Amino acid sequence: MKAKGKVHKYGDNVDTDVIIPARYLNTSVPAELAEHCMEDIDKSFVENVKPGDIMVAHNNFGCGSSREHAPIAIKAAGISCVIAATFARIFYRNAINIGLPIMECREAAEKIENGDEVEVDFDSGVITNVTKGESYQAEPFPEFIKEIINKGGLLNSLK
Amino acid sequence: MGMTMTQKILAAHAGLDSVKAGQLIRAKLDMVLGNDVTTPVAINEFKANGFDKIFDKDKISIVLDHFTPNKDIKSAEHCKQCREFACAMDVTNFYDVGEMGVEHALLPEKGLVAPGEAIIGADSHTCTYGAVGAFSTGVGSTDMAAGMASGEAWFKVPAALKFNLIGKPQKWVCGKDIILHIIGMIGVDGALYKSMEFSGEGLKYLSMDDRLCMANMAIEAGGKNGIFEVDEITKDYLKDRVNRPYTVYTADADAEYEKVYDIDLSQIKMTVAFPHLPENTKTIDEVGEVKIDQCVIGSCTNGRIEDLRSAAKVLKGKHVAKGIRALIIPATQKIYAQAMHEGLFDIFLDAGCVISTPTCGPCLGGHMGILAKGERAVSTSNRNFVGRMGHPESEVYLASPAVAAASAIKGYIASPEEV
Repeated sequence: MKAKGKVHKYGDNVDTDVIIPARYLNTSVPAELAEHCMEDIDKSFVENVKPGDIMVAHNNFGCGSSREHAPIAIKAAGISCVIAATFARIFYRNAINIGLPIMECREAAEKIENGDEVEVDFDSGVITNVTKGESYQAEPFPEFIKEIINKGGLLNSLK
Repeated sequence: MGMTMTQKILAAHAGLDSVKAGQLIRAKLDMVLGNDVTTPVAINEFKANGFDKIFDKDKISIVLDHFTPNKDIKSAEHCKQCREFACAMDVTNFYDVGEMGVEHALLPEKGLVAPGEAIIGADSHTCTYGAVGAFSTGVGSTDMAAGMASGEAWFKVPAALKFNLIGKPQKWVCGKDIILHIIGMIGVDGALYKSMEFSGEGLKYLSMDDRLCMANMAIEAGGKNGIFEVDEITKDYLKDRVNRPYTVYTADADAEYEKVYDIDLSQIKMTVAFPHLPENTKTIDEVGEVKIDQCVIGSCTNGRIEDLRSAAKVLKGKHVAKGIRALIIPATQKIYAQAMHEGLFDIFLDAGCVISTPTCGPCLGGHMGILAKGERAVSTSNRNFVGRMGHPESEVYLASPAVAAASAIKGYIASPEEV
């Protein structure tokens, strides 16, 4: 499985309150959440994002609240993969559980710039920066987590 | 190699003799928690995947606290969905308006969490229950749904940081100052994926309300959980609350810690976290003049009785500055009644504060005290992210109840020694 798209780049500690502000948590409809994704730090994100685009950030992406609305909003906005140097742990779980692909790769987080065209190979963990002609190797998922993903998410894996 | 408190609890719940950091395990759960924001998503997932039974009606808690009393029609629909689900599944620990409180104040108060138990909650501040010696961590709604269906969750066994507390805190310094000091020191990802284990002779100076506040903010350092060694203070707190047997786990002498911090409580000053991260801390003498518009005293971090007593001690016989809105939010019905009976309400009302029913409300910018563009609040809550309490260009300063109360009187961030 692969993803390919244009990069929306952010910094350290992108928290769940900016991914989806709590004032919009009176809904759990993915499309409604997506309309407000990232708006407190990047008003243009919702206008500019195209299906398949990729989000890249530095350390501790998704810190703060446990709201699953955060990865749901990102996924519903059309993002095909989030790459970060590190993820906050609840966001990491939630992304896996709802099927939003994520990749931990410090080198990619450092070298990829806003607007770069990037391709991600989920099986090999290779991230290719088409714009810069570089590639980076992400940490592969542990087998245990691969199994959850392969079974179509956490709840499917319980059946 | 020995195990930490967290590792022992996880091993016991996974049916294993021992576990080590990094190991992926499946553990049995003693409690699964959700609120009115996260439970609806969990219910949808639960039903969409064809589940129709919960694993144990006594081991699920649903607390309607975030946007209650219902702030708008959509929130009312969410609460209705939770109510109907709780009724259909016969959930024992369902708390609606009139019985509810801010979840992380309510569950310990009701004795629903005990030492040695394993708890997940679809709320990041579920780490609060480490104060009673439980393993307790925040998860998302899908984990909550899976927990309700199976009574289990998967975990990566965390490595640990040890905080060896020594010395006696100075006057006015409370759990909030200590945890803000620690977050300022290690950063908002300083404990990422790790457990924060608190022990040492200084524990004897920390009340349960101090410990609940400190464990509550473990997530603000990125921690998976915060956990306190169980002592006589813990047992005394649990005495009239928990009737079921529980197990007290202590760390092995040769338990492995990635780092051990000696924290001299006597050296910690009152501490304030500046926008927009809890790690942006300054001691009260470094703050300078920061004018405020609003003061919030409440939340799962600092809405307990000792917090209200501390604020009342500062506010007694004084009045909040002209133009300052001071909101007092007792975290549970019981705390509300206790504060009223102790005469704290008279002090707050005479000082020009308003007193709210229990709610998470303003802490997450939900309702009951939203900030306009450019406004500033000093708040006893746990997060000061961009837009956390309202407009993206508003600001939140995190502080203890005593500092928040003093700030309300002065109109700028102030020490209780100044009023």
